[in-house]
Amino acid sequence: MMQKPFAITLDVGSSLANKTGSWRVERPVYVDRMPPCNDGCPAGENIQGWLYHAEEGDYEAAWRGLVEDNPLPAICGRVCYHPCETACNRAKLDEAVGIHGVERFLGDRAISQGWHVTVDRPPSGKRVLVVGSGPTGLSAAYHLALLGHAVTIYEAAPAPGGMMRYGIPKYRLPRDVLDAEIEAICSLGIRLELEHPVGDVVEEMQDGSYDAVFLALGAQLSKRAYIPAADSARILDALSFLASSEDGEPPRVGRRVVVYGGGNTAMDSARTAQRLGATEAVVVYRRTRAQMPAHPVEVEETLAEGVKMTWLSTISRVEDGKIVIEKMVLDETGFPQPTGEFETLEADTVVLALGQDTDMSAIAHMGDMSVRDGVLQVDDDMMTGHPGIFAGGDMVPAERTVTIGIGHGKKAAHSIDAWLRGERHATVARHELATFDRLNTWYYSDAPKTVQPELEGIRRRSTFDEVVGGLEADNALFEARRCLSCGNCFECDNCFGVCPDNAVVKLGPGLRYSFDYDYCKGCGMCVTECPCGAIVMEPERV
Amino acid sequence: MDDQQVKFYQVGSFAVGNRLLDGGKHTVQADRARSNSLTSGHRACQGCGEALGARYALDAAMRATEGRLIAANATGCLEVFSTPYPETSWQIPWLHSLFGNAPAIATGMAAALKVKGRSDIRVVSQAGDGGTVDIGFGCLSGMFERNDDVLFICYDNEAYMNTGVQRSGATPPAARTATTEAVGAEPGNVFGQGKNMPLLAVAHEIPYVATATVAELHDLERKVEKAMSFRGARYIHILVPCPLGWGSATSDTVRLARLACETGVFPLFEAENGEITATSKIRHQVPVEEYLRPQGRYKHLFTPTPRPEILKKIQQLADRNIARFGLLAGSDEAELVGAEGS
Repeated sequence: MMQKPFAITLDVGSSLANKTGSWRVERPVYVDRMPPCNDGCPAGENIQGWLYHAEEGDYEAAWRGLVEDNPLPAICGRVCYHPCETACNRAKLDEAVGIHGVERFLGDRAISQGWHVTVDRPPSGKRVLVVGSGPTGLSAAYHLALLGHAVTIYEAAPAPGGMMRYGIPKYRLPRDVLDAEIEAICSLGIRLELEHPVGDVVEEMQDGSYDAVFLALGAQLSKRAYIPAADSARILDALSFLASSEDGEPPRVGRRVVVYGGGNTAMDSARTAQRLGATEAVVVYRRTRAQMPAHPVEVEETLAEGVKMTWLSTISRVEDGKIVIEKMVLDETGFPQPTGEFETLEADTVVLALGQDTDMSAIAHMGDMSVRDGVLQVDDDMMTGHPGIFAGGDMVPAERTVTIGIGHGKKAAHSIDAWLRGERHATVARHELATFDRLNTWYYSDAPKTVQPELEGIRRRSTFDEVVGGLEADNALFEARRCLSCGNCFECDNCFGVCPDNAVVKLGPGLRYSFDYDYCKGCGMCVTECPCGAIVMEPERV
Repeated sequence: MDDQQVKFYQVGSFAVGNRLLDGGKHTVQADRARSNSLTSGHRACQGCGEALGARYALDAAMRATEGRLIAANATGCLEVFSTPYPETSWQIPWLHSLFGNAPAIATGMAAALKVKGRSDIRVVSQAGDGGTVDIGFGCLSGMFERNDDVLFICYDNEAYMNTGVQRSGATPPAARTATTEAVGAEPGNVFGQGKNMPLLAVAHEIPYVATATVAELHDLERKVEKAMSFRGARYIHILVPCPLGWGSATSDTVRLARLACETGVFPLFEAENGEITATSKIRHQVPVEEYLRPQGRYKHLFTPTPRPEILKKIQQLADRNIARFGLLAGSDEAELVGAEGS
C-alpha cells in the first residue's frame, strides 16, 4: 500500500519546484521608518517603541524603554508640551494619541512599584562635574552615570530640580513626584552637593580633578523693564515670586494682581497669584493672543481658571493701587506700535514676567567662551570653546523647555563620553519619516481619545492640588493601543495573510516576518495592505 | 480581554492577525500552521485575487472540517495555473472536472461518500464566474434543486480571464473586455444584461448563500465556517479582482475588492433558505468613481472624453444595492430581496 495522504492516488510533483520568484522585477523589503512622535521628541524618546510594550500591558518593559532616553517620565508626562502629539499621525484620523498621559502613567507606576535602573558598565575611572540640577543637569548626570563615569552635581540652591522646583508651580508638578525621580537618578551613585554655587568653573574643575564639566546653569535672572513707578507700588519679578511661593513665606499679593508678559512664566504667575488669594489676576501682553509665546495648552488652562487677559497693551507706569496701560496696534510687520490711548487698571501687585537671562559670572573671565545674545555658544557636540567643558539647557541657544533640556543632557553625556575616550560621538542616520500617506488607515478602527479627568475649575483656583488627573491602568492601555505604530511593524499578520503566493514567512512573536524570495512574484500587495507602512518595493538587482 | 479593548486596539479586528488576541480569535490565515491548500509555485499572475481567495476559503473550510475535505474544480484560471502537469499546488484532495460540470462531479462525490457512510468527509466544488454563471449554470441549478451536500464556491473576477478576458454573464456594465470593446456610443459591456448569481442562488431557497471578498478576511472565513455547519447545498460568491483583466495594479487587488464594497458595487450579505438574514454595513462610503478610476477596463469613462453620464448610471446601480440591501449603518429597514419575489 502506498503511503499517501488521504484520497491522493497519483504521484505528482509539487509546484514548489516552480520558483516563481524569477518573475519578479521589484522586491518587497521590510523597513523601519521614523514615527513622527519620535521625530518630534526633543528628548529623543522612542515613543512608538515603548508604546508597543504598553499595548501588551507590559508596563515595566515600556518604562524601561522610556528611561533609556528620558529619566524623568513622571515629570515630562506632566509638564512637557508634547510636540510628539502635535506630530502624531492619528490626529489626521481622529485625535492624537495621548502620549503624555501614558508616559505619566508609566512614570508614576515606576515610582509606586519601585522599578529602577542599574549601571551595567564597569567604572570608566573618569570624573565628570555637572553644574546645575535642573532637568538638563539631571539628564546629563543620569546618562553619564549609566556610561560608567563618576558624576558629581553642584547645585547652588538648597534643593535640587532647578526650574522644575522653583519655576513650575506645584499644581502642575507635585513635589513628591519631582523628589522621587530626582532621588532615583541620584541613587545611581551620583554625588549631589547642594548650596554649592560655582564661582569659577576652571578652578572647580582643577580643585575636584574633574576630567570634564557639563554646565547646565539655566536662566535664573528675570529680565527687567524700566517702568516709572510710585514708591509705594508693589512690583515683583516672576521668578522670585514663583520661587518664594515654593519655599518660605508666600508673598502677599493683595486683591488684584497684574502680570506683565505673555510666556509660560506669566501664565504660571497669574495662576499662582489666584491661588495665593488674589480675587482677580490680569495678564497684560503687548501683542495678540496668537503671538503669545506661552503654550496654547497653558493659555487655555489659565483662561479656564478665570484669569483675564489684556492683549495689545503695555504698562506705561505703576501708581499706588493702579497701573496705566497704553493700547497698541500691530503694524504691517506684526510689530506692536503705541496708539497714545491710555487706560487705568486697578492693581495691588505687578508681577513682571518678561523673560529670563543666564548668570554667566562663572565663565565670564574665560576668553575661549563665546556668549552671544545672552546665551552661551556650543558646537554640534554641545562643547563650548573650552575643551572639556560642555553646556546645555536654557543657557545655550534653544527653546527653553524641560524636555529640550533633557535632550541636551543626553546628547552632551554621549559627547562627553566620546570626548573622554578621545573620540567623537557618532550619530546614527535617521530613518525616513513615516508620513501619513504611507499608512493604510482602513485597518485602524475609530477610537476617541481618553479625556483625562480634570479637577473642577473652581477647585483649581483655591488649591495647589494637581490640575490634570492621571490615567488609570485600563485607560492607559486603551490609549496606548490607539498608537498606529507608524513605520514600524507591529505584527498584524497582514503581509503574511494577503500574499497570494505564500511567500511571507511568519517568524513568531517578536520576530516579525521575512520574505521567501524563491516564490515572491513582487506584486506589492503586502506593501499596499501594510497598515503602518513598514514595507517598501525596491527594484530587483539585475 | 473583553471585546471593547479589542475593538480599540490599533487595527481592531480588521487586520489578518493581532498579536494581542488569544489564538482562538485569530483568522485561519494568521496561523503559521494554516493548511496552505493552494501552495507556492502556482502560476497565477502577480497579485492574483483568485489564488488568494481560493487559499482563504479552502484553508477556512479545512479548519472547519478538520482537514477532511475534497474539492472538485471546474476548468478555468484556478485549474490551469494550479496544475500544469506534472505539478500541483493543491495540498488537499482535488479533482479537475470539465468546464461546465463541476457541480455534478461534486454531487457524485457527495453521493459516494454517503454510500460509504463517510459523513465526516465534506465536498467543495469551485469555479470561476464563467464556469458558474454561464457554462456550469445548469449543473449548478440542479445541484441546488436536489440540495446535494456540497459547498459551491464561485471566484468571481467578472470575465473569462484564462482565455483572454472575454465577457461573461458576471461582467459588469461599461467594463471593457475582449468581446465588449470600448467603442461606440455605449462603450464596454452593455447595461441591463448579465446575471446576479448570488440572488439566483437565494431564489433556489438552499440552506445557505453568502457573498464575500478578498478584502474582508474575517467576514469570508466566518461565512465559510458557517457554510460548513450546514448540510445540503450551499453557495458562496467571492469577488476576486484580476489585475490582468481589470487593468489594475498588481498591488491593488485587495484595495479594489474593498472599494467594491465601500461603494456599494458589491454588496455583502448572507441568506438562509431563501431569506436574506444579514448584510455587512459600509464603513466609509465612497463614490463609485474611486473604485472605477484605478481600473483600466473603465479607462474609457475618463479619457479621452469623460463620460459622467455613464458614471452616473453605475452610481445609480451602487445606490440601488445600498438601498436594496441596507448597506448603510442604521438602515436596517432595507427593502430586502426575499420580499421582492413574494
